[in-house]
Order: sequence, then structure tokens, then C-alpha cells
Amino acid sequence: MRQQAGRRLDRGRRAGHPATVPDIATALAAAFGLITEGDRAVLSIVTLSLQVSFLAVALAALVGLPLGAFLAVARFPGRRPLIIAGNALMGLPPVVVGLLVYLLLSRSGPLGGWGLLFSPGAMVVAQVVLITPILATLSREVLEGLWEEYGEQLRSFGATPRLAVPTLLWDGRFSLLTVLLAGFGRASAEVGAVMIVGGNIEGHTRVMTTAIALETSKGDLPLALALGMVLMTIVLAVNAAAQLLRDLAQRRQG
Amino acid sequence: MRMPETALPLVARGLGFSAGGTALLREIDLVLEAGPPTLIIGPNGAGKSLLLRLLHGLLQPGAGWVRWQGRAAPRAAMVFQRPVLLRRSVRANAAFPLPLAGIPAADRGLRVAEALALVGLTDLADRPARRLSGGEQQRLALARAAALRPEVLFLDEPCASLDPAATAAAEYIIQTISRQGCKIIMSTHDLGQARRLAGEVIFLHQGRVCEHAAAPQFFQAPSTPQAAAFLNGELLW
Ligand SMILES: Nc1ncnc2c1ncn2[C@@H]1O[C@H](COP(=O)(O)OP(=O)(O)O)[C@@H](O)[C@H]1O
Ligand SMILES: [Mg+2]
Repeated sequence: MRQQAGRRLDRGRRAGHPATVPDIATALAAAFGLITEGDRAVLSIVTLSLQVSFLAVALAALVGLPLGAFLAVARFPGRRPLIIAGNALMGLPPVVVGLLVYLLLSRSGPLGGWGLLFSPGAMVVAQVVLITPILATLSREVLEGLWEEYGEQLRSFGATPRLAVPTLLWDGRFSLLTVLLAGFGRASAEVGAVMIVGGNIEGHTRVMTTAIALETSKGDLPLALALGMVLMTIVLAVNAAAQLLRDLAQRRQG
Repeated sequence: MRMPETALPLVARGLGFSAGGTALLREIDLVLEAGPPTLIIGPNGAGKSLLLRLLHGLLQPGAGWVRWQGRAAPRAAMVFQRPVLLRRSVRANAAFPLPLAGIPAADRGLRVAEALALVGLTDLADRPARRLSGGEQQRLALARAAALRPEVLFLDEPCASLDPAATAAAEYIIQTISRQGCKIIMSTHDLGQARRLAGEVIFLHQGRVCEHAAAPQFFQAPSTPQAAAFLNGELLW
């Protein structure tokens, strides 16, 4: 595939574009070619990226959303520190998360027995660590507003905070879509953590962001650009779909 | 004939509540028995909503206590001035509190159907609740409470944001629920409504119970100048 892209560039040069670093127009044309042809390497990179990020969002949501809902309704000593910790963890630099997960998963680390390092599983773990605090914090903020509205009535019905959690998650489902989206955006756009724990191994752990970083540094701009365009399109499409769904639901539920 | 088990009377002794150093409710002593509706009246800010919340147990008193002194476990429900409806269908709203109250799944459908019929919302059962009109929303809140078949129903100015027709409909529903044996404890600042519904009246003024009397006695011969002034439509603050 590298050869293919290279050939395309040669053609570009022969057509009168003198450049060791190919100009953007040529690279763009080649990139479109890779996408429209459904280049196998591009396809496998995109597929793996989506699988890793969707799985990471799903797993992080399983923990983050109920945690956020619980923090929105429950009052207990230690709640403030937890919220502050969540806020701080939201800003964790991905490379640091990558490093921590690397240490955990490395052969001599506490989870070395899982044998996950340099596998897609390791990348999922890193992204889960990265976005769980985001999902918990954002969902707490969204659901606190809902609890303000529902709280007295639910307590009147005899709902304890624990029993109120599923109600808030269900009734806040459309706002929580936006929260999931933020998690997905962060997961799919992140390079540092998956680079460290996945190793960017071709055909195994190479995802869009790590591939873009690598191909750019090697000067294979068409491939980098092609992946960049796909990444952008996916993020935009997912956002648009979620927004549409939300508007539709809002109009229905009032 | 054996009397059914009851949680009433509901008794408050020396009940007080303050916030930020201000006493908002003071030295409230009440005994609320089964029977016709108790209407809590008084000007805005008198403490009606606070008192209802304390009686229902949504707020912890700063002083004194509230206790159900009957033998049965209390079954109470509350409807608020602005109905709190879930982002679900009318039917799902009416059914929502039933599992929390331990009503067996097999009985829930019938209860919901009866409650929706009571408030005239049967035909709208599948609509999203929050798309209903204000009057319909409050009727749904009443249906949801009625489906619980509570022994006591607390109502905090349930008609305050309704037009006259919707108010009449809500009052009719409240009277029906009352006739079915549910004790109504309801606040209002609308004297006409209090005259229409009250069996007894609690007149609240500046955080104190000024008068607690049978309705005819209260309206014909109030025993305090504050109550007399309120009945005359003079503003009280
Ligand atoms: N949580 C609270 N904190 C501080 N002040 C409150 C609180 N709740 C109510 N108040 C005040 O207590 C007074 C009585 O309120 P409320 O019971 O709502 O009156 P009413 O229902 O009779 O109009 C008002 O002056 C109100 O501002
Ligand atoms: Mg009030």
C-alpha cells in the first residue's frame, strides 16, 4: 500500500509537480484515490480505530454514567473530593495515561498476566481510563439539573439515591448522548496513549491517529491525509447523527 | 365491625424550621385525623409549602417532630404546584411509583387504568407526558398519586398555575379522591377554593399556626384578627 501511494506520487511528479515533499493538491488527489478505491490498509486501520473507540466508550459508559448519576443524587462525605478528582482526571495528558497503562500491562506489571500489551485490548484499556472520568464528570453535570427537577418528587415516591440512578439515566438519555459523543471524540482523536500501549504495529494495532502521526513523519502525506479525512468525516457524521437524534427526541418528548 | 388499620393521626409537636438564622416555621402543634380535607391557607411566604414538606418528611425539622401515630405503615403521596412529569408516556408516568411502593406487577395495570379514567386521561395514555397542557399535566400528577391509593395525599397549591376550567376539573378530582377515603392535606392561597374544599382549616401566618378550626367556624367566626383580615382580603405579610 505504501508502494501504491508512492506510485501515485511518482505519477504526480511526472505530471509536472516538482517536489520531494509533494504539494497538497497532489497529496489530496492521491488521498481521495485511496478512499474511493477502498484501499485495504486504509480500511483495516479505520475499522480497528472504530472498534477500539466504540468498545472503549461502551465500557467507560458502563462505569462512568452510573457513577455520574450517583454523584448527582447522593450526598455523602467524600463526594466533593471525588468530584474534584474527576475534574482533575478529565485533563489527564494521554501520554501519561499511556505510560501508566503500559506499566500496569507490561510483563512485570500487576496486570502483566493479561498479556494485553501491544494488542488492541491494551488500547481499549488506555482509552477507557482516559474517558471514564470525562463521562462521569459530564454526566454528573447534566444529571444534576435533572435531579433538581425530579428530586423531591422521586423522594416523595420513596426512591433512594440508588433507586433514582436508573431513572435519571433513562430520562436523561438524550442529553447523555452528547456526553457519550464527547467521550467518543476524545477517544478517537487521541494519539499518545494508544501509541504507547499499542505500539502502532502495522496490521495489528495501527489506528488512524497513530498512522497519521507515523505517515506524516515518514512523508507519506496521501495516506496521512486520507486517514485524516476519514477521521474527520467519522467524527462529524457521528456528531451530526447524535444531534439529529436529540432534536427529534426533544420535539417528541417536549 | 373492625376498623381498618390506619397510620393516622399525623401529629406534629413543637415543629420548627429555620434557614440562614431566620425562623421560617415556629412551634407548630398539629393533630391531623382521618376525615374531610384539611386546607392550609395563608398569604404567600407564610410557610405553607415548608409545612407540607415537613409533614411529608421531605425536610428534616430544625425543632420538634412529626410522627404517624396510627398502627399501620404510612402511605402518603404528594403533588406539587408545578407537576414533575418524567420524560415518558402518560401511562408510564402513572405507573412509575407503583414498583417503589411495592405494588405487585400484576396489579399495576388496573391501578393505572383506573387512575387515568378518574382524571379523564385514558385517551391520552400513550402521549408523551410533557407534551400535555398545564391542566392535563396536573391531572396526570393527581392520577399518579391516586394510583398509589395513599391514605394521605399532600397537595401544595395544585391549582396555582391553572385556569378556572382546569382548576374546576382538578377540584372535582380532589373531591373524588377524598370521598374514596383518602385524607387530603392541601395548601392554597385561594380563599374561594378553601371554602369549596375544606373540612377544616389551618391558617398559617408568618410561620405560625394562627388558627386550626372546622371550616364553617373558621369562615363565619375567625377567632384571630389576622385570620379576619385575611378573610377580608386585606393583604398580610
Ligand atoms: N430552603 C429554604 N431556604 C431559605 N428560605 C426558604 C426556604 N424555603 C422557603 N424559604 C422561605 O420560607 C418562607 C416560607 O416559604 P413557603 O413555605 O414556600 O411559603 P408559602 O408556600 O406559604 O408561600 C418564604 O419566605 C421563603 O422564602
Ligand atoms: Mg408555596
